[in-house]
Amino acid sequence: MDTTGTFWMPPGNSTIAGDVDSLFYFILYASIIIFVLVVGLSAYFSMKYRRRDGEVGKTDGLDHNVKLEIIWTIIPTILVMIVFVWGFKTYMYMNVVPKDAYEIKVNGQKWFWSFDYPEGGNSVNELIVPVDRPVKLLMASKDVIHSFFVPNFRIKMDVLPNRYSITWFEAHTIGEYNLFCTEFCGKGHSEMIGKVKVVSQEEFEQYAEDLAFSGEGMTLEEFGAKLYIQKACVTCHKIDGSNSTGPPWDNLYGKEEHLADGSSVKVDENYIRESILNPMAKITQGYQPVMPTYQGILKDKQIDALIAYIKSLQEDESLINE
Amino acid sequence: MNKIPETHYLNAKKGIWSWLTTVDHKRIGILYLFSVMFFFFVGGMFALMLRLELLTPTEMYIDSDTYNQMFTLHGAIMIFLFIIPAIPAILGNFVLPIMIGAKDVAFPRLNLLSWYIYIVGALFAVFSLVSGGADTGWTFYTPYSTTTSTAVISIVLGAFILGFSSIFTGLNFIVTVHKLRSPGMTWFKMPLFVWGMYATALIQVLATPVLGITLVLLIIERLIGIGIFDPAMGGDPVLFQHFFWFYSHPAVYIMILPGMAIISELITAHSHKKIFGYKAVAYSSLGIAFASFIVWGHHMFTSGQSELAAMIFSFLTFFVAIPSGVKVFNWVATLYKSSISFSTPMLYTLSFLFLFSIGGLTGIFLGALPVDIHLHDTYFIVAHFHYVMVGGTVIAFLGGLHHWWPKMWGRMYNETLGKISCLLIFVGFNMTFFTQFIMGSQGMPRRYHLYVDAYRPFHAFSTYGSWVMAAGFFLMAYYLIHSLFKGKPAGNNPWGALTHEWSITSPPPEHNFEEIPITEHGPYDYDKIVAKSTLVEN
Repeated sequence: MDTTGTFWMPPGNSTIAGDVDSLFYFILYASIIIFVLVVGLSAYFSMKYRRRDGEVGKTDGLDHNVKLEIIWTIIPTILVMIVFVWGFKTYMYMNVVPKDAYEIKVNGQKWFWSFDYPEGGNSVNELIVPVDRPVKLLMASKDVIHSFFVPNFRIKMDVLPNRYSITWFEAHTIGEYNLFCTEFCGKGHSEMIGKVKVVSQEEFEQYAEDLAFSGEGMTLEEFGAKLYIQKACVTCHKIDGSNSTGPPWDNLYGKEEHLADGSSVKVDENYIRESILNPMAKITQGYQPVMPTYQGILKDKQIDALIAYIKSLQEDESLINE
Repeated sequence: MNKIPETHYLNAKKGIWSWLTTVDHKRIGILYLFSVMFFFFVGGMFALMLRLELLTPTEMYIDSDTYNQMFTLHGAIMIFLFIIPAIPAILGNFVLPIMIGAKDVAFPRLNLLSWYIYIVGALFAVFSLVSGGADTGWTFYTPYSTTTSTAVISIVLGAFILGFSSIFTGLNFIVTVHKLRSPGMTWFKMPLFVWGMYATALIQVLATPVLGITLVLLIIERLIGIGIFDPAMGGDPVLFQHFFWFYSHPAVYIMILPGMAIISELITAHSHKKIFGYKAVAYSSLGIAFASFIVWGHHMFTSGQSELAAMIFSFLTFFVAIPSGVKVFNWVATLYKSSISFSTPMLYTLSFLFLFSIGGLTGIFLGALPVDIHLHDTYFIVAHFHYVMVGGTVIAFLGGLHHWWPKMWGRMYNETLGKISCLLIFVGFNMTFFTQFIMGSQGMPRRYHLYVDAYRPFHAFSTYGSWVMAAGFFLMAYYLIHSLFKGKPAGNNPWGALTHEWSITSPPPEHNFEEIPITEHGPYDYDKIVAKSTLVEN
């Protein structure tokens, strides 16, 4: 099994990668042979039969050769049939989920991934899976079509808004791999990039427990800061005053926010909660109405933690206590 | 010395009004030439701007929204306003009637109407461009396209209207080929260009209405809120993909069959050799046209369609590969014992054999199910269709344009500059797009404004290639325009070719033939007849 990658293919870190790559290289080498034949003969004929100065005359009347024509129809037909049958077998293997697979629920939405684990935990943009164990992904989208693509695993499956789609893989090397969205989904499409983290079984159990963690032993502020990263708020909201897809969070709390419809609103607990659960209700002036709802992703305590965190980012004390 | 005839179709009538009301198939071809090339320029500019932005992995000078609108417009303009009409509407209109010995197409007024419809459709696309652009990709996938806030309706309406222009051209060619062939021009004495155009016309007439209906459904959903594709309203987004590809896969052959048709003419005319396997080439055009209707599902291997459907579509897909392969082998065999002149059109023909072979062979990777799952929606796809559409169709179109240019205008372009420009385009094209095969199979997704740093060297090299290609195109624009005024008179038959269009003056007279010609020999009987090139001066 190839885990270093080749000129054409990224490292193969799942059990099916080797098979897919063999077929890829089979087609590649067969293609190179045909290509060299076509281009080589064209070049050879072009040199050999180039028109010499002043040459005007009749050329050979050769216009068919049944034997040759049968050969060049049959051989490619045989080759593509090999490719078809081989592809079909691998495809079947890729589509039958092993019975003992560990099942994770995948949600795609503009523009991040979230993952629900059977232990009750949830992570955003980082899929954590155990090594050497088949993992089944049950996937759905909350808005438009997305597509789940991990080049190193050679898997890709569209994530649809109106039905579940399923794929599975078994990673055989520990490491971190890119997860791309490959179905165009709007402004943040090229930033809908996550990671798949393959860890050992023991480590995985630790993670699963961690993810189910609900902030015990942390202050709300600290828990909020953790969620800010873990739930990918950071993708669109900065905390250094800079503009991104959404308004920055620093010095936001207590401020009068101007809305797109001309009215204004004071940023308080209720406004923040509403913005998280129903982002389309009030759109801040100068920003696109693109934030997805976090209904069902964040629990009440987590929302409280985020509010506490946003509060802590206000430097002007008077605005907090007003 | 060759002379330009005193009266010909270009000066038989004068004034802008005589052009806007013309029913002469040659003049309509010229009207299409200027309008289609204008949009080729616009689409090309978008391409250069996209490539420039992709030079670096982070935002360089345009934001994601602008980038998304730009690749949408690049795709939509190049497909609907350039490639689909380019060969049939420009070269087909100009030479097809002359090739079969007719004075015009069967329905000259319908022909003019198709140009006006093209212009109206184009105005809708331009309107979408100035009113904020659309950002759906040229594929308009739902439910994104029914929910995005950009100007989707006007561009979709534009594509809908352009469909009729395409249907009218196709209809005209079908009737023309059936009814207006001159005495002696039997089906198997028709030049292969005519066969290719005929097969294309069949697809245009049969497949385009499906796109029309699909786009109307999309507009209805957006305007009235009737749920057809959007699951939020009870629709099914995958249904749109089926409808869309049911047209758009055959449409790929609306684009490539005319290219193949041109290559059959060019390779014989510039090597003075009888085509190898005339009937195989003619029938394979029809075979491809038929097969193109039953493979649309291969665009949807990862869409969640059933495994059985995926398997059937994969199986059928390989059968499109065979007739395409057979054509290529026939062209190569045609060169055997020929007399090859390295004119600009011939260089394009040889480029075509090189590039189209790569485009076709990489299609095999994508027909194989598990390999497609890895490559789908990556730059490998982008590279594959550019090799087929640009390396195939556009290169063939340019070859054809250079081949028939002296017939259109009566004047020759500068052959040396022609060859340099062809070479620049060839090298630039391979730099730009071969790189994309590698980065695609390495996992780089398409339609990404920002990207992971690991792909940077590929993107940078690809962008440099786009500059080389652009240089080739600008050089071509220069010498072609220059030739209109200063070009050497070409004479009736600069290539010494045997099809009918080379027996009349360049530019042709207003009604093509003084009297209807009688076809006595096959289009490629270079083993029996020698036609002298009018370029060779005594």
